[in-house]
Amino acid sequence: MSIGRPVVRKEGRAKVTGQSRYVDDLFLPGMLHGVTVRSPVPRGLIQAIHYGDGIPWDEFTIVTAADIPGANLVALIADDQPSLADVRVNHKEEPVLLLAHPDRSFLEEARRHVTIEIDPLPAVFTLDDSLQRTEIIWGEDNTFKTYQVARGDVEAAFLTADTIVEGDYETGAQEQLYIEPNGMLAAASQDQGVTVWGSMQCPYYVHKALARLFNLPDAKIRVVQMETGGGFGGKEEYPSIIAGHAALLAWKAGRPVKIVYDRAEDMAATTKRHPSRTRHRTAVSRDGRLLAMDIDFTIDGGAYTTLSPVVLSRGTIHAPGPYFCPNVRVRGKAVATNTPPHGAFRGFGAPQSIFALERHMDRIARALDLPPDELRRRNFIQTGQTSAVGQVMRDPVDMPRLLDRALELSNYHVKREPFARSHPAASVKRGIGFAAFMHGAGFTGSGEDHLASVVTIEATAEGRVRVLTSCTEIGQGTNTVFSQIAADALQLDSSDIDIAQPDTSAVPNSGPTVASRTCMVVGKLVESAALSLRAMLRETMDPALPFAAACREYIQHHGSLRASAQYQAPPGVHWDDERYEGDAYGTYGWAVYVAEVSVDVATFEIRLDDFVAVQEVGRVINPVLAAGQIEGGVAQGIGWALFEQVTWREGRMANAQMTNYIIPTSMDLPPIRVYFEEMPYEYGPGGAKGLGELPMDGAAPAIANAVSYATGVDIRSIPITPESVLELMEPARG
Amino acid sequence: MGESSVTIRCRVNGADVEVSGHPMMRLLDALRSGLRLTGTKEGCGEGECGACSILLDGQLVNSCLVPLVQADGVEIVTIEGVADGDRLHAVQEAFIECGGAQCGICTPGMVLAAVSLLKRRPSPTDAEIREGLAGNLCRCTGYQRIFAAVVNACRGTESGAS
Repeated sequence: MSIGRPVVRKEGRAKVTGQSRYVDDLFLPGMLHGVTVRSPVPRGLIQAIHYGDGIPWDEFTIVTAADIPGANLVALIADDQPSLADVRVNHKEEPVLLLAHPDRSFLEEARRHVTIEIDPLPAVFTLDDSLQRTEIIWGEDNTFKTYQVARGDVEAAFLTADTIVEGDYETGAQEQLYIEPNGMLAAASQDQGVTVWGSMQCPYYVHKALARLFNLPDAKIRVVQMETGGGFGGKEEYPSIIAGHAALLAWKAGRPVKIVYDRAEDMAATTKRHPSRTRHRTAVSRDGRLLAMDIDFTIDGGAYTTLSPVVLSRGTIHAPGPYFCPNVRVRGKAVATNTPPHGAFRGFGAPQSIFALERHMDRIARALDLPPDELRRRNFIQTGQTSAVGQVMRDPVDMPRLLDRALELSNYHVKREPFARSHPAASVKRGIGFAAFMHGAGFTGSGEDHLASVVTIEATAEGRVRVLTSCTEIGQGTNTVFSQIAADALQLDSSDIDIAQPDTSAVPNSGPTVASRTCMVVGKLVESAALSLRAMLRETMDPALPFAAACREYIQHHGSLRASAQYQAPPGVHWDDERYEGDAYGTYGWAVYVAEVSVDVATFEIRLDDFVAVQEVGRVINPVLAAGQIEGGVAQGIGWALFEQVTWREGRMANAQMTNYIIPTSMDLPPIRVYFEEMPYEYGPGGAKGLGELPMDGAAPAIANAVSYATGVDIRSIPITPESVLELMEPARG
Repeated sequence: MGESSVTIRCRVNGADVEVSGHPMMRLLDALRSGLRLTGTKEGCGEGECGACSILLDGQLVNSCLVPLVQADGVEIVTIEGVADGDRLHAVQEAFIECGGAQCGICTPGMVLAAVSLLKRRPSPTDAEIREGLAGNLCRCTGYQRIFAAVVNACRGTESGAS
C-alpha cells in the first residue's frame, strides 16, 4: 500500500536539480516581453493617454481597451472588473495600457514615458469610510455581498445572560509572497486561437476568462500550467488578468509575448488577504456556557467584486468556530474600497474570523475567571450537534482529545503558572496560549455541486497509468498524493503512475486548485476513476494476467483504456443557497495549536520559543508532505501574526518590496511540532480530509493569546509589531 | 539604452564560457537568458530572497546583484552544476528524502546555500544551519524540513554516501 507512506515528491528530482520548467524559463522564437501601464490615481475618469518624446514608439506593440476583440472584463463571479480600464479607474494599480517589445530592458523606460491623464474623483480607502458611504464607489451602497446567519433567539438570550463580553478585532492585509512572481506566456492569432502557458492554480478559470475576452469558442483557447512556484491563493484569480494581457499583446503583435511581473509589481498590483474587522458580543452563563453569539464580520474587498462573496461566506460560516451555541447571529459584509481587489489567500476568510473568535474566547475566560481551556471544553461542538448554519456534525468530532493532547505536548499546564509568577521584575516576559479551531474542506455550500468536477484515468499498452486532472501541483504535493491514491486503487506502485500536465486541451475540468479540495474531493475522483478502470479490466480480462499485459490486450481489443469519475455529493450532504443553511462543507478538519512566546519589554521584540500543532484531518496520505503543509501554513500564520504589515498610501501598497514587507526567515521560526490524530473520513480517498488551509487559521490567535498572557495587555489586532506592543504597554510613550 | 557591451570569460559548472552584454547586465540574466541556465531563479531582484543564489569563486552570492563585468575570470557553480552527472549531491538527495522542496522555486538557491554551508561547516549546529540559510527565503515549508535535509545531508557526507 502506498497511502500512509512518506513516498518522495514525484517531481522532487527535477526541482532539486533546477530542471523544472517555470513560465519564465520558456523562450519562444520571436518572443516579445510585455509590461502593464497602470493608473496613477486611485479613482477618476480617463481623459487621454500621451506618449512621451524620445521613445521609438513604432517599435512597440501598444494595446488599449479598444483592441479587445471580445468583452472587456475579467470573467469570474460578477462582470464588474475590466481587463483594461477605458472610462474610469477604481484603484491605483488598475491596468490601462499594455506595451510589448523584443528587448525587455527598453520597456521600463517606455512605461515611464506613458502619461495617463485622469480627472480624479474622491476615493475611499478604509472600511469605515466605505461603510459610512462617504462616497459611493461601487453599486448603490459600496456593498459587494452580505450574509446573515440566524439561529435561535439571540436577543432573548442576552436579556437573561449572567455576563456579556464584547470586543472588536482587526486583521491586516497579507501578501501571499509566493517566491515565483506571477507570469504568463501567450501565443495568439485568429487562425490558431489563444494559447497561454503560465503560473497558476486554476487553468479553467483562465480558460473561461480568455474565451470571454476574445469572444472565441472554448476549443480555440488552450491553457497550460507550467511548474508553479507557490500560490497560496495568490494565483487563483489574478493569472486570468495577466493571461489576458499577454494574449492581447500577442494577438496584436502576431508574435508570442511573455509578461512576468517583477516583485514590486506583483506585490502592489495582485491580490492580498482581505483586511477584516469582527465585532463580538457574547452572552455567557456564570458556569461558562455560551448562551448567545452576536457577530459582525466585515471584510475589505477592494475595488471589484472578484472572489469577495465567497471569501465572505467562508469567513461568516467559520465565525462561531468549533463551538456549540444555541443562539447565534452572524452578519457578514464585504465592502468596496479604492484599493486593488483583495482575494484568495490560504484560509479564505476563515483565518480572519477565527482570529477574532479565539482571542475573544480568551477574553471571555478572563471575564469569568475560568481557565481558557476549561471554557473551551465546556462549549466544544460534539458529534451529532448542529452548527450555526444548521449542519449536523455526523462525522465523529473529538475536540477535547485534541485539546488534551496539544496542552500535554506543549507542557502548557506546567509552564503557564510559572510564566505568570515571573512577570513583575522580568525584562523578558514569557507566555503560552492556544487556539482551537476547524476548517471546512472543499468548496463552501453548493460549490462542489456547481463545479461537478471530472477526473480521467488512462492506461497505456505498456501498463503505465496517467491521471488527467486540472488540479495543479503548486508545491502542496498534488502529483505525489494523486499517484499514491491511484496506485492503491489499481494495486500498483506509485512510481507506475504519471500525472498529466494540466493543459485544458488534454485534461478534463476538475475544478480549481483551492479550498483544501484537491486531495479530498478530486483525490476521491482519482480513486473512483482508478477503481472503474480496474473493474473494466477485471470484467473483460483473465485475472491471472499481470496489469501491463491486461492493459495491452484490452487496448488491442478496444482501442484505448480510460475511465472517468464525476463529483457527486456524499449521501445526505445538502446546502440551501436561498436560506443560507445546511451542510456548509462535506467535512471539517479540527485542530488545537499552542504557541509559547518571549516578549522583551525593553525592545518589545516577540520571540516564538515553541509551537505545537495537533490536528485531525482524517487519514494522512503522505506523512512528510502533510507535515510540510502544516509547517508551511503555521509559518505563514506566524508571519501574519507578527511581521507582515502592508502599509497603505492612497490605497496602494507602499512597502511592495521584500526589504520592508517582512516574511519569516529561517532565524524567525520556532520548532514547529506537528501531530496528527487520524480518524478516517468515510468519503475521502483512503479516508483523507482536506488539510492545506487549516494550519493558517490557528497560529495568529494562539500567538496573540500567548502575547496577551505574557504582557497582560489586550491584543485585539494583528500584526503584533513591537510598535503596537509598546503602544499598548506604555500608552504615554507610544 | 546605451550601446556599450563587454565580453567576459568565466567558468560555469566546469566549462569555459564567453558572455557578451552591457557591463551592468545582471549576472542572473546572463546565466538565464544568455546561457539558458534557467535553474537559477529570480524571486525579488533586490538581493533579499536568495532564489538566484550561485557559488562565485566558492562564495554564495545573489546573482541579481552581480554585474556581468564583475564575473570576468571567475568560477561559477549554478544548480545545474551541483550534481555529478546523474549522481545527485548528498544535499539534493536529502532535500528529496526529507521533503525540503515544495514548490521548488527557492530550492536551487536553498540547495546551493546548504552546499556552501556544509563546505564551511561540515557538521553545523542547529543555530549554524538557521544562520547559514537565513539569506534564502522559502514561503512553503516553514524551513523545518529544509533543516532536517541539511542534518540528513551531513550524515550522508560523513558516512561517505556522497
